[in-house]
Amino acid sequence: MLRVDIEKQLGEFSLSASFSSEGRVIGLFGASGAGKSSLVNMIAGLLRPDRGTIVIDGETVDDTAAGIHVPTWRRRIGYVFQDARLFPHLNVAQNLDYGRRMNGLAPDPAQHKRIVDLLDIGALLDRRPGKLSGGERQRVALGRALLSKPRLLLLDEPLGALDEGRKLEILPYLVRLRDEANVPMVYVSHDVAELRQLATQIVMLKQGRVTSFGGVKVLT
Amino acid sequence: MFDISPAEWTAILLSLRVAVIATLVATPFGIALAWLLARRDFWGKSVLDAVVHLPLVLPPVVTGYLLLLTFGRKGLVGGFLAEYLGIVFSFRWTGAALACGIMSFPLLVRPMRLSIEAIDRRLEQAAETLGAAPWKVFFTVTLPLALPGVLAGMVLGFAKAIGEFGATITFVSNIPGETQTISSAIYSLIQTPDGDAAAGRLVIVSVILALGALISAEWFARRATQRLHGN
Repeated sequence: MLRVDIEKQLGEFSLSASFSSEGRVIGLFGASGAGKSSLVNMIAGLLRPDRGTIVIDGETVDDTAAGIHVPTWRRRIGYVFQDARLFPHLNVAQNLDYGRRMNGLAPDPAQHKRIVDLLDIGALLDRRPGKLSGGERQRVALGRALLSKPRLLLLDEPLGALDEGRKLEILPYLVRLRDEANVPMVYVSHDVAELRQLATQIVMLKQGRVTSFGGVKVLT
Repeated sequence: MFDISPAEWTAILLSLRVAVIATLVATPFGIALAWLLARRDFWGKSVLDAVVHLPLVLPPVVTGYLLLLTFGRKGLVGGFLAEYLGIVFSFRWTGAALACGIMSFPLLVRPMRLSIEAIDRRLEQAAETLGAAPWKVFFTVTLPLALPGVLAGMVLGFAKAIGEFGATITFVSNIPGETQTISSAIYSLIQTPDGDAAAGRLVIVSVILALGALISAEWFARRATQRLHGN
């Protein structure tokens, strides 16, 4: 599903990671500053590795030796940021529809309804992002990413900006997503409890290096 | 007092036509340049920035004279355009529009540039992850978010264009019905013995147009802030 073998120098910080996973939810675990976000941004194509390869679903999206770098917009990935990043000039329905329009996909009312129901955002469709709570925003961001029909969903601390109560409100949606949406995910977090609930495999990062890799058991 | 004569109407309508055409033609260039200055680093950027602002600080008569040298019938560009494309600027209302467009360009570009700089680039990244090619990102995210600034720039540019005097009169002279805008009409009127009343009426029209433009530019700027906060 996902194969990563990259090196990247970012100022003083050097990132060097190599792993390969078929897991449904790859948990990327590490303290802040361990290089998690940089790694995810490289998978997304927002950052270019200095050396190495990235393969998503059998397609090589980065190969520095062969000079391959597929731009972000052609990678068919979904990305849920910590700060949602909904488009402020569009309402929720238009935000949800954005990826489908940009990819020139035919409308898929069945999938639309399934995801809107799964995330419980049907009542928000007419609202502007400015009128949503943090938790609502994050659910819409999840829906928006899923409706672009990605082959890999990247989630960079999607609960990081929420308080404890809100986190508990969103977690069940993520669990349902994992079990029903059928899209492999890379889930970045520094929260052991979150990853225990969600991840099927763990990549542990420490100061830019992968220190362990395996099942959820490595989180001890 | 407020009985506007046909000759005054001619000047007012000509000013409006000149300013509207100048603004509409300058806008796409303005947006492109604003984007370039806001987003790209390239060799000669500060020189380009200075050249754009030059009409703001140069004596208008100098700009007008330079336009005459370049776009006059014997000028380098003007000669070519007249010969091969049949486009003539000198002593025509189109020349007035060109002069007004160039004189108002710095004011037109500035709000556009500021509004593009104020856009959260992470939103553009998000659009890219959703499959939008760079030009689609520009038209679906960057431009809509910058729209109030674009409109504010157009309004300011229009207001400046409608009041332009020095460069216009130098470049295309002061021909009633062809190149005599409100400003040059006022100039002529205050030099005629009984022109005071007519000049006064045109002065009032100018003040109203300028105030209207400034108030709407302010309104667009406020809309911009609201839009960026997603309300």
